[in-house]
Amino acid sequence: MPKLKLPVPPLPPSMRPPPKRPGAPKTKPLDAAQEAGIYTVDWIDERTSLSGGLRWLMFRKVPKGTNWFYTLGSATMFAFVSQAITGVFLAMYYRPDAAGGAYESVRHINDDVFLGEFVHGMHKWGSSVMVILIFLHMARTFFFGAYKYPRELNWVIGVALLILTFVMSLTGYLLPFDQRSYWATIVANNITASGPFVGPYLGDFLNGGAEFNATTLSRFYAIHMMLVPGIIGALIGAHLYLVAKLGTTAPPWVKAKPADELTEERA
Amino acid sequence: MNRRQKEEYLRDYSVLKAQGKPFFPYAVAKDGAMACLVLLVIILMSILLGAELGPKADPTTTTYTPRPEWYFFFLFELLRVIKPPEYVALATIGIPTICMIMLFLLPFYDRGPERRPERRPVATLTAILIIGAMGYLTYEGAAAGPPTQIDTPTPASVIAEGPKVVQQYEAGRQVAAQSGCLACHKIGENGNGGPGPALTDIADRLPAAGIQRTLINPTAPMPSFKSLQTNQPEKFKNLVAFLGRLKSESGTAGAANPGTGSGG
Ligand code: HEC
Ligand code: HEM
Repeated sequence: MPKLKLPVPPLPPSMRPPPKRPGAPKTKPLDAAQEAGIYTVDWIDERTSLSGGLRWLMFRKVPKGTNWFYTLGSATMFAFVSQAITGVFLAMYYRPDAAGGAYESVRHINDDVFLGEFVHGMHKWGSSVMVILIFLHMARTFFFGAYKYPRELNWVIGVALLILTFVMSLTGYLLPFDQRSYWATIVANNITASGPFVGPYLGDFLNGGAEFNATTLSRFYAIHMMLVPGIIGALIGAHLYLVAKLGTTAPPWVKAKPADELTEERA
Repeated sequence: MNRRQKEEYLRDYSVLKAQGKPFFPYAVAKDGAMACLVLLVIILMSILLGAELGPKADPTTTTYTPRPEWYFFFLFELLRVIKPPEYVALATIGIPTICMIMLFLLPFYDRGPERRPERRPVATLTAILIIGAMGYLTYEGAAAGPPTQIDTPTPASVIAEGPKVVQQYEAGRQVAAQSGCLACHKIGENGNGGPGPALTDIADRLPAAGIQRTLINPTAPMPSFKSLQTNQPEKFKNLVAFLGRLKSESGTAGAANPGTGSGG
């Protein structure tokens, strides 16, 4: 059975743990715990072979010159994760009931539930943060020319993610069912329905009928908390797979100096 | 990019990559720091700005002007800039759809090998222009407040029709002011100049019956006010009566009967 080898973290030499003396008995509980942990990971890895993929993902190199602008993509993903987590907690109390239950349940979250308004606020402002981050990330990839060969497909997936993010905020805006959400949604649905070709069908689909009615709210809720987040999650997976496979770009002004070994080889 | 340029890029890139650092822990540390910052900002915004709930949705009377989330302001403002009604569909559907398609296809029509922004002047300038326009439209949209007041005086021609009509006219004016029409229409000096046409002298163009039809069965993006009619017919009647008397100053006073509000 192959033993899992953990890479040594890049610590300064003085902080590295001293190497074990051969023959020293392993009796300390910490050692035993470490053994057990490694055994468990080994057991899983023997049956799944996940460690290769993980190594491929985590120990790939990022090119020279990678700077803080490259954190915007993962920051967007983090904002999405935050939305998903706070959203789950809101869904525990929310009721998509157009007859008044929806508004009442949101009021209940705000006024009665422990930390309810805080989590609601995180979800509400998190959406703004995510939209800002996704635009910044897109601007970064645009100005760095990162959409060019061989990363065209990643850009296309990104645009789909952008549109879906807007669908999220559009459908989420209705859920509190206050005056603002209600009237903004009526206008948005009317605009959608006025589109050519698919417009009327899309409008009917969103409204759940020809007009805004009692099922519209539950439709928006289902789209907002199941359909679109699922697609976004899958697309982020594809996006990240391509990022790991192709590597992130180097900033366009960083020039490749011929590596030392290469020059030597040529000489 | 032709074959040679592609190979050249991949070669350069593999050198740069070989000279880089491993993703873990260097990039992960930066990403983690950024994630903490994002979380901190979200938490601070939640604590400072809260999550207030507006008044409950009420399909009948809207003292509320339809206002989207702030990052849709630029779309809403676009509607306002493009005024002629025959172009409304262009603003609501046309321009956003075209922009989305252009965005999707970007890597397929911009295929040059150059990546530095300062050596791609067309792409860079276009992007800066679009970002500037979106910023400007968002700012304008944020600055346009939700107006709920109509301060046009009751015209002499209405006063001449007697106190009952005056009462109905003024009640209708109140309903119009509170129903969010001003978000999209101008009445006198009040309201926004778009996306809908000015209603200042709407009765010159449409009889009261036509106005009522528009309110019940409007063209997008105007919302339908049918529920107001079913739930509060009195208010709806007053609204139609008010709109049916909005004539230009030069219009002959009381020449045509501007509808009684029962409409058609
Ligand atoms: C979301 C924006 C919006 C709101 C709110 C709105 N409208 Fe409109 N309205 C429009 C647009 C856009 C048109 C033009 C539609 C078209 O092209 O036929 C329009 C058309 C009209 C017309 C027909 C004008 C003509 O010249 O044919 C009338 C009358 C009217 N609106 C009255 C009202 C009244 C009264 C209210 C409030 C109770 C109201 N609207 C609220 C957007 C709006
Ligand atoms: C939910 C939204 C998104 C998430 C979570 C996400 C995530 C990421 C991550 C983590 C990376 C790695 C490099 C980096 O962080 O910059 C990346 C790269 C990339 N993203 Fe996104 N992204 C999203 C939306 C978008 C959008 C809207 C676009 C453009 C339209 C886009 C285009 C790209 C491109 C072209 C790359 C490759 C960049 C490079 O190799 O330098 N992404 N994305």
